[in-house]
Amino acid sequence: MALLKFNDIGIKAVCACVPQTIAYNRDLSYLIPEDDLERVINSIGIEQRRIASDGVCASDLCYYAAKQLMMDNNLLAEDIDVLIFVSQTSDYRQPSTAPILQHRLNLSKDTMAFDINLACSGYVYGLSVAYSFASLPTINNVLLLVGETMSKIVSVHDKVSTPLFGDAGTASLITKGNFGQSTFMLHSDGSGAEVMMIPAGGCRNQTSEQTHKAHFFDDGSMRSDEQFRMDGMEVFNFGMRVEPMSIKKLLSETQMTIDDIDLIIYHQANRMMTDFFSKKLKLSKDKTPYSIKYYGNTSSASIPLTIVTELNDGKYTPRKNTILSGFGAGLSWGSVLLDLTNTNISKLQECE
Amino acid sequence: MTLEEFTEKFAEQFTDTDPKKITPSTKYRDLEEWSSLMALYIMAMISDEMDVIISAQEFREVNTVEELYNLVLSK
Repeated sequence: MALLKFNDIGIKAVCACVPQTIAYNRDLSYLIPEDDLERVINSIGIEQRRIASDGVCASDLCYYAAKQLMMDNNLLAEDIDVLIFVSQTSDYRQPSTAPILQHRLNLSKDTMAFDINLACSGYVYGLSVAYSFASLPTINNVLLLVGETMSKIVSVHDKVSTPLFGDAGTASLITKGNFGQSTFMLHSDGSGAEVMMIPAGGCRNQTSEQTHKAHFFDDGSMRSDEQFRMDGMEVFNFGMRVEPMSIKKLLSETQMTIDDIDLIIYHQANRMMTDFFSKKLKLSKDKTPYSIKYYGNTSSASIPLTIVTELNDGKYTPRKNTILSGFGAGLSWGSVLLDLTNTNISKLQECE
Repeated sequence: MTLEEFTEKFAEQFTDTDPKKITPSTKYRDLEEWSSLMALYIMAMISDEMDVIISAQEFREVNTVEELYNLVLSK
């Protein structure tokens, strides 16, 4: 069982960067009939999404977030010991993106830099790895860069995915400090690998003329095997099965009740779904910050983005007993109970 | 929960459809308001009211309200 506990390791700072270009879901009438569109927008809770320009990658958004985070926290390049980049939209299939970011950020060549390939559970997983390194006596500062540009891999003619996904990049600094205890519980179930997937373009189904061909689907969507596909009903079913249960397990492991919890920041999947989790957990609505209305589902970036957009200016206090919970492709899911009281939150950055 | 109660709960998930139009023999996919999103609301209702989670695959194999009710009872 992947249960991880840490003492006095925490998120010292968070910053996020989104592209300036806004896509409005009300403009999707080419894809979804006007009558249904309003209902879809109200259910998923997404009015707007940010879309990266051609040539702007998740790593670029993370780069700007990291630069700002370092400036806001008087962090020097040589202070960083480990750089972790979490994304499924990396710059290249090879090499890893993390060393490229190490170079761009002018970090020392003695920086350990590597990628983690995970989707919506990626922030919680990435944090667990960052915490593990930061708990070592020789490691002081771990830079966790989590970003996704789903716009590069979702067909604009996909009825299920297009209204959901937006782009964002984030940077978190994990260090030792006065953070109390943090507890992680992480899970996986590869039997659901096909629920969310890009079927072709990897080594299993290599790129060919055929894989780039667009197919029409019964629901009216059109996409190729090189583009992201999601079985919305299976995802919802998966969420209902595992999410409330995994949070309950974390509560019982930490001897807490739901009333002890100050905040739960969910991966911003789709509002209807996460509201349903809260209902199951009997968690009051004022304890669940949402950024989804303006930024959509930004995959692994959605939790740190929500911290930046919703918890700045002293909103949502207290935040001592905060649960972050991510779930998605893999299938992969995990939750962490931690204290965000001493976390410095930078202003949201925008770039092209 | 009886079939009648289930049918009533089922009909409550719709906003534009007259609840009287929904009976145990209704093929709900033929309703104008039916959508993949409605399917999620129905799944949530079943989880809420009957504490049963049915898979998307199982859900796709049934067509009428009564068949869905029987599927849930079989769990």
